[in-house]
Order: sequence, then structure tokens, then C-alpha cells
Amino acid sequence: MKDYDGKNINELELTAVKVRKHIIEMLYRAKSGHPGGSLSAVDALVALYFAHMKFNPKKPCDPNRDRFILSKGHAAPALYAVLAESGYFDIKELKNLREANCMLQGHPVCTYVPGVEASTGSLGHGLSFANGVALAGKLDKKDYQVYCMMGDGETGEGQIWEAAAVASHYKLDNITGMVDRNFLQIDGNTEDVLSLEPVNERWKSFGWHVLEVNGHNYKEILRALKKADAYKKKPTLIVLNTTKGKGVSFMENNVDFHGVPPNEMERNLAIKELTIAEKRLEALI
Amino acid sequence: MSEKKMVNPRNAYGEALIELGKKHKNLVVLDADLSKSTKTIMFAKKYPERFFEMGIAEANMISTAAGMASCGKIPFVSTFAVFATGRVYDQIRMDIAYSDANVKIFATHGGISVGKDGASHQMIEDLALMRVMPNMTVIAPSDATQTGRIVQLMAEEEGPMYARVGRADAPLIYEKSDVKDIKLGKGMTIRDGLDITIIATGTMVEPALEAQKALKKEKISARVIDMHTIKPLDEKLVIKCAKETNGIITAEEHSVIGGLGGAVAEVLAENNISTKFYRMGIRDIFCESGAPAELMEKYHLNEKYIVKNAQRILK
Repeated sequence: MKDYDGKNINELELTAVKVRKHIIEMLYRAKSGHPGGSLSAVDALVALYFAHMKFNPKKPCDPNRDRFILSKGHAAPALYAVLAESGYFDIKELKNLREANCMLQGHPVCTYVPGVEASTGSLGHGLSFANGVALAGKLDKKDYQVYCMMGDGETGEGQIWEAAAVASHYKLDNITGMVDRNFLQIDGNTEDVLSLEPVNERWKSFGWHVLEVNGHNYKEILRALKKADAYKKKPTLIVLNTTKGKGVSFMENNVDFHGVPPNEMERNLAIKELTIAEKRLEALI
Repeated sequence: MSEKKMVNPRNAYGEALIELGKKHKNLVVLDADLSKSTKTIMFAKKYPERFFEMGIAEANMISTAAGMASCGKIPFVSTFAVFATGRVYDQIRMDIAYSDANVKIFATHGGISVGKDGASHQMIEDLALMRVMPNMTVIAPSDATQTGRIVQLMAEEEGPMYARVGRADAPLIYEKSDVKDIKLGKGMTIRDGLDITIIATGTMVEPALEAQKALKKEKISARVIDMHTIKPLDEKLVIKCAKETNGIITAEEHSVIGGLGGAVAEVLAENNISTKFYRMGIRDIFCESGAPAELMEKYHLNEKYIVKNAQRILK
């Protein structure tokens, strides 16, 4: 069944469950890392890599590829799992996250991992990097699109707003920014730590075209991505309304899982929940 | 005093960019509202489509350059040395050095000879900041002719690089033929001598040459090294000079900590070389507003003090 624009949503959701299982296993093995913001970002990543972007994992440096830049670098496990599932590297490599002598560093590094465009982890850089890729694309008359995912807390960084101003000044309509709006950062609710609202109006006032979607609803995400690609003369910002820890009941909206990995019991429970979801989706396909 | 022709190295940078822009279609230039001062405006006029005005937003400029480099561009990024390094340390670290991006940071207004703007604009820590950055090449050209050649080498060799020149016009030291064979990472022995070696970089090379002449009159034979590349440092040459002469003075318009003087000291110590040694530079203080020559005198950074220090350490 192709239920949106030739895409089977159940298949995408099944991929997302697999990615979430990878994330839990990776963080459990690594005994460190960031579950909450990895899980909230999964659906947008799966939508991009499995139903929207043009790329060839066998040619990670293809000059015509669409680019994805993970500005919120601490969601590296989500990116790595999606890249592995997309065929950039062996899925077996995921078990070596954060291990010495291995490729998958705690935060993404472009010189280590095929498919990683920018080295991130220090917050606030990704959108500026995206500007560079987008300006080069315009200069070379390429038609690739640059996608950049930021954390909502991350937009406290001043550099994000430098980049936002430059992207609209240069009319970089080949950039699609995304903010993973899960309302939680390490010290608590974003509105208590450093209020971000009104998010949409802030970006609009910087000259951006703004869309807002449920960041776990594939139809909404894919529709917005398409709209953003087609929108001319302005960069588009998609506010992804998400749930931190999405997909694992006891991690959802629980700030304690921002940067703390699951212990053995939590991992078993999470895998159990995700396996139930997986079986259900398999039955639907 | 010198009767050498005065040429501004910033102009040499602007001219070199135009020439290289013709040859390398993937060369792009970014500036942060200082193109008239850094002279990138010369490139902007010739190749407006490849010039990117980034406004007063340096952090974004650095990361943007890295994004461009990831698409095969050769970005030259320019602003004043103080904004090109300290202000954007984290952006250089993540997006250029750690990512091994082919970005060339070319800073102007390095050192205290910036003059009247004061310590806020007198960058004396940039060579140190860039030197501790893994993957980064660090360069301080000494005159306009050498600057032109070095800009060409920066464009044509791969990897993250930082170069800085001063604000002021500078006496011409070299003919084009003198610099056509220079290599990054190789010091130039521009005067031979047996008693002492003056290893200078950037704006201190010309005073070192003047000091060499004055020392000659005092029967002291000084060797002068133009150490345009501070990293990778030409360690072999440092060791050779330490062994062949009776002492070493380093001279830089920069803090004595972490720049040329620090680098030379590390080489001497790690090679168990005991020699008479003095680092000329700013001695761990912020300076002040004033006319460039006045400041260089006050902070003991001219040929007179090179001579004094040479005489002192050889005693």
C-alpha cells in the first residue's frame, strides 16, 4: 500500500523502529551518549534518508547529492543508525560506538564516517556550514538541497542567528532548516532554561519561510519537506514538534534521559517495547 | 634607517587573490565587513560572484567557509587577526582543523603595530592559538613580495592554514626571484653569520636585517633567519643554527608565549641543546594605543633592542 506520494508509511515507521532499537543497543553498549534527543530526531531522519533525499551511499562524495547536516551532533547515534541502514557502512559497525580504534566517535566527524557531512558536537555550527554548502551549490548551479537539523535548545547559540540572517540575506532557498522542538534541554524545559518562544515568529522575522509539523508524523514531515524544496527566494525552517525519548515509554519527556544511557533493565524494557511495535508494523505491511 | 621601498602586504594579498582567482576558478573569498582594510575588495571587484560579504558575523563566516570547502571550493577568509582567531576559535577548531577542511584564513592587522586602535585590536596571541590547533599550518609573511608568493602556496597546497600580516606599510625585503622557491615549513637563511642567530618572523624580519648591519659594525656576525612558517617549524634549521652559532634570539610581533619563541624553545629543550637564548616579543601583557613606531620602541621590538639583546646574551 502506497499511502503518501508513492511511499508506504508503515515501512518508514518500521525502519524508524529498527533505528530506535539500534540507538538503544548502541548507547547501552557504549555506556554513554544521548538517548532523548536521538530518539526525538529519528522520524525526520528516516523521512529524509528513506523517502526524500537524493544520494548514493556507494558514492558519498557525489557532488550532486543532497546534504544532511546534523547540527545537534549529540544525536549522532540516530544519524549513524540511519546511515548504516541506508548502506553507507556495515550495520555491525554500530556496536562499536564510542570505542577506541573505531570509526563512530561520540559526535559525528566528517573525516571518519562516510555520509557524515560536517563535524559537529559543539553546538550552533551546523546552519553556518549549511550556508557554505548552499552558497557553493548556487555558485555551481547545482540543484541539490541542504538539510540541517538543529536542537531547540541549540538555538540559544548566537551563531545560529548569524547563520539565519545570512541564509535569508543570500536567499538560500536550497536550505531546509529543521528544529527538533522537543522542549527539553539538559537543565530542564527550554522555556525555563532560556525561553525560545515564539519560535516561528523569530525565524519569520529573520526572513525565513516557516512550516510547523508533528515531527513523528510521516505524511506531515514529507509534505513539509516537499514544500520546503519548492519554496523559492527564502530558506525554509520546519519546526518539528517532537517528544524527547520518543518510542520508549519511560524515556518520553523524561529529561533524565538527555545524556544518560539505559542500564541493563532499561535496555531490556526498551527493546521489548520496540519489538512489540516492530511486530505490529510487520504484520501491517 | 632603511631606504627600502615601502609596500603594504595587504595590497600584495589583494593582488595575489586576483591573480589566483583567474587561475583557480574554485577560489572564493569571504570577508566580515572589512574588505576595504583586508584588501579582499580587490578580488570582490574583479570576481563579484565569487566574493561573499558575510557581515559582522565572523563565527558564521568561518563555518560557512568550511561548508564551501566541503564542496571543493578553496575559501580564503579574511578579517583582522583578533577576530579571525580568538573570536572564532571553536569554529576553526571544529569545522576547519578537526575536519581538515581546505580553508585559508588570511588575517591582517596582526601585532601591536596596528597602533592607535589599542589592545582590543592588537592581536598578540593568534600565532599561539593557531599553533596549538592540530592540522593547522601557521604563517607570518615578512614583506609584500613574500606575501604574494605565500598566498599562492596557500591556494595551491591542501589543508587548513592561517597567515597573518600587519596593518602598516612594510619595507620591501625581497625580489620575486628571492621567493620563487620558498616552501612552507622551510625557513630562509637570509644573512649568514657565526656569532648569533636571529630567528625572526613577519614584521620583525626587516628590523632583524637592520640589526644584523648594526651588529656587524660592533664586530658581531649575526645570522638572520626569516621563519615565515611557525608551524610546521623548520626544526632542522633551528638545531643547525643553535649548533653553528653561539646563541639564538627569536623576534616576533606577538606574545613570547606560544608563538615563534615558544616553538623554538621547545625544539631546543627537546633536543638537549643548551645555548644562550632570548625570546623577543610582548612579555605577557596587553599593550596600548599609540603610533606604531612609538609602541615598537616602548615594547622593545625594533632593531635597537635586537642589537642590545644580542650584545647582552653574548656577553
